[in-house]
Amino acid sequence: MAGKTVSSEPPAKAGLRQALSAPVRLFMGIVDIPMRGWQKLTGLNGMAGVFLAPNMLIFTVFVLLPLVINFIYSTTSGGAIFLPNRTYVGAEQYRILFDCGSYLDPSTCAADTFWAAVRNTAVFVVFQVSAMLVAALATALILNRELSNRGFWRAVFFFPVLLSPVVVGLIWKWILQRQGLLNYALSPFGFEPFSWLSDRFWAFFFAVFVSVWAHMGFYALILLAGLQAIPRDLYEAAAMDKASPTRIFRRITLPLLMPNLIVVLVLALIRAVQIFDEVFVLTGGGPGTSTMYITQYIYETGFASSLRNPGLASAASILMGIVLVILTLIQLAASSRNEKKGKRQ
Amino acid sequence: MTRMKSIGAALAAVLLSSVAAHAGDVRIMWYSDGSEGAVIKDLLARFSKANPDVNVILDEVSYDVVKEQLPVQLEAGKGPDIARVTNLKAQAQHWLDLRPLLADAKYWDDNFGAQADWMRPDGSNAITGFMTQITLTGGFVNKTLFDQAGVEIPGPKATWDDWAVAAKKVADSQKVFAMAIDRSGHRVSGPNISYGANYIAADGKPAPIDQGAKEFLSRFVKWNEEGIVNKDVWVSAAGTTYRAAAEDFINGGLAYYYSGSWQISGFAQKIGDSFDWVMAGSPCGTAACTGMQGGAGLVAVKYTKNPKDVAKVMDYLASVDVQKEFAERSLFIPAHKDVAAGQMDFKTDDPHVQAALKAFVAAAGQTAAPAMKLPGWKWSDAYYSAIVARISQVIAGEMKLDDAYARIDEDIKAKVGAN
Repeated sequence: MAGKTVSSEPPAKAGLRQALSAPVRLFMGIVDIPMRGWQKLTGLNGMAGVFLAPNMLIFTVFVLLPLVINFIYSTTSGGAIFLPNRTYVGAEQYRILFDCGSYLDPSTCAADTFWAAVRNTAVFVVFQVSAMLVAALATALILNRELSNRGFWRAVFFFPVLLSPVVVGLIWKWILQRQGLLNYALSPFGFEPFSWLSDRFWAFFFAVFVSVWAHMGFYALILLAGLQAIPRDLYEAAAMDKASPTRIFRRITLPLLMPNLIVVLVLALIRAVQIFDEVFVLTGGGPGTSTMYITQYIYETGFASSLRNPGLASAASILMGIVLVILTLIQLAASSRNEKKGKRQ
Repeated sequence: MTRMKSIGAALAAVLLSSVAAHAGDVRIMWYSDGSEGAVIKDLLARFSKANPDVNVILDEVSYDVVKEQLPVQLEAGKGPDIARVTNLKAQAQHWLDLRPLLADAKYWDDNFGAQADWMRPDGSNAITGFMTQITLTGGFVNKTLFDQAGVEIPGPKATWDDWAVAAKKVADSQKVFAMAIDRSGHRVSGPNISYGANYIAADGKPAPIDQGAKEFLSRFVKWNEEGIVNKDVWVSAAGTTYRAAAEDFINGGLAYYYSGSWQISGFAQKIGDSFDWVMAGSPCGTAACTGMQGGAGLVAVKYTKNPKDVAKVMDYLASVDVQKEFAERSLFIPAHKDVAAGQMDFKTDDPHVQAALKAFVAAAGQTAAPAMKLPGWKWSDAYYSAIVARISQVIAGEMKLDDAYARIDEDIKAKVGAN
């Protein structure tokens, strides 16, 4: 009997499996011939290039090429879309963007709306990312405890992540408008109807609040995974030493969660710099330009306005791209530092 | 072999039929303010029944799509075959000259000639389309609120200041907003011209913003600050995004709403007999009592693959019977000269609508000369956009009025320079 495998699969099922896998085997057989040819030609190491080529092609067509075209657009002026119809102006669009009396005061800049958008984005990033980290960490800590119906509560916090940003924006717009749910709920307490999104402070507050509400579930999930990877015996040892909950959090949870926190921080930063959809639907960038962020500026300048200027929009998007590249490099550096640290431990 | 031949023949038939259907496709991009979408659908269904060789596809979109996405499509040499557009002159280079394709070009010249220049390049005699309706901006009054407050509705020669005072009294008494004006540069241009504004310089290029425009815009900003005008409308977006205040009026939350004749159909549907409303023309400034003429035009796009079919559809839609039925059912002021001159039987029992349409027709005669020029002026939309973006910033407290005037001039200058 040795060497003979006995299949418990019924013959009919095995036959069906054979029949279904036949086209795959046929395809593999056909592909095998050129693959062997390639391997002979390029050697084993060259095969890596062959397998990477499809992805590189997609990356080139959909990322690299648009990036290059975008840069070329940023060196042209006019309202025309086709490059041959546009006038080459060199670095003029960048000169316009950087033509400023003081970068801290957008009103002294030629492209005042651009700098207002940059300032708004910077302020938004600081408040939104801080709020996101605190809220996601608090949620993860609560969801990590022994709760009844824990699966249900995890789903509740994750659910907004599944919603389209436009739906998120519209839901909150209906809640916050003058005839909205919030004013209705406050009216029994004597509050006069208030247009929350027409006030600069409240429009900013709700832009931050809504974006945190919409995305927090995703980051909380990352932190929850980190929390569950912390060995339980560390907590048991701390409990035996009668360490306070604050001390346990500061000395055990926070240091061991740091790799996840750094990932969340950088991802949230990148997402916050790119903020557009839900805030655009919620406030339209108003009141005035107080919630107009850099992506909306690019959209308005390049497409929406009859004063549209694709060259200026391209230059602004190149600058934004540089910021995002820097943030991504920070993320990569942080990840590799954590990896090395993990290996040393 | 016979079986193979049959399969081949069937395949060829399917391919040919699909190619034939594609050859006769006429795609129309259409937005609606009121009920005109349903009316045009009905009219086109009749056309399709009589012309099975032409496949008309009506894409109903929001106004924002026409304003923001269509221009980009056109610049890329794409787009629908026919489009309903308000920014007609600035995009005139993209419209198809239908003159050589039409059954009777003279009929078009005679009946749509008055507005033909609004939708063709300067100096051209092209026929690119027709106005689906003539619009005029004007003020709507919630008469019930005025009556309940015991405030008399100001007369036809009342100024903007008179209206502000009267509407404020109503607002204080009825706990509503006094006034609102749509977030649109076009909408405030009538009032600007009433105070003597002129946007067009001697060389045909945009003139710097003048004292006439400043007279009204400064009042408008002040009324926003004082809460007389519903501030939400203008600060609820950044940039040049269009916002109407129609819903506030429909909900009975506004004493006076300055918009235009295209709202009538929507009001007829949504207000019904909830309250009495009247159209009160355009308030006066120091120079005139004018609104802005305009409207939406249906234009053929020159990138169409089927120009003959497009002309066939346009000929049908421009015919007297179709024009009359479209205007009567959509409750629009017709652009067609003969139809406008004849007896109109607007399909509504609502007395407010009949009265409002008559009032708009009467007010059209008071349109000031500078306001008549703007629909056919290439830079009008650039002017409107700059006003909206910058005055919104002033109302939101981001900018001083004098700085906004300087920025408006700079924005327009940059636009002219870039083109």
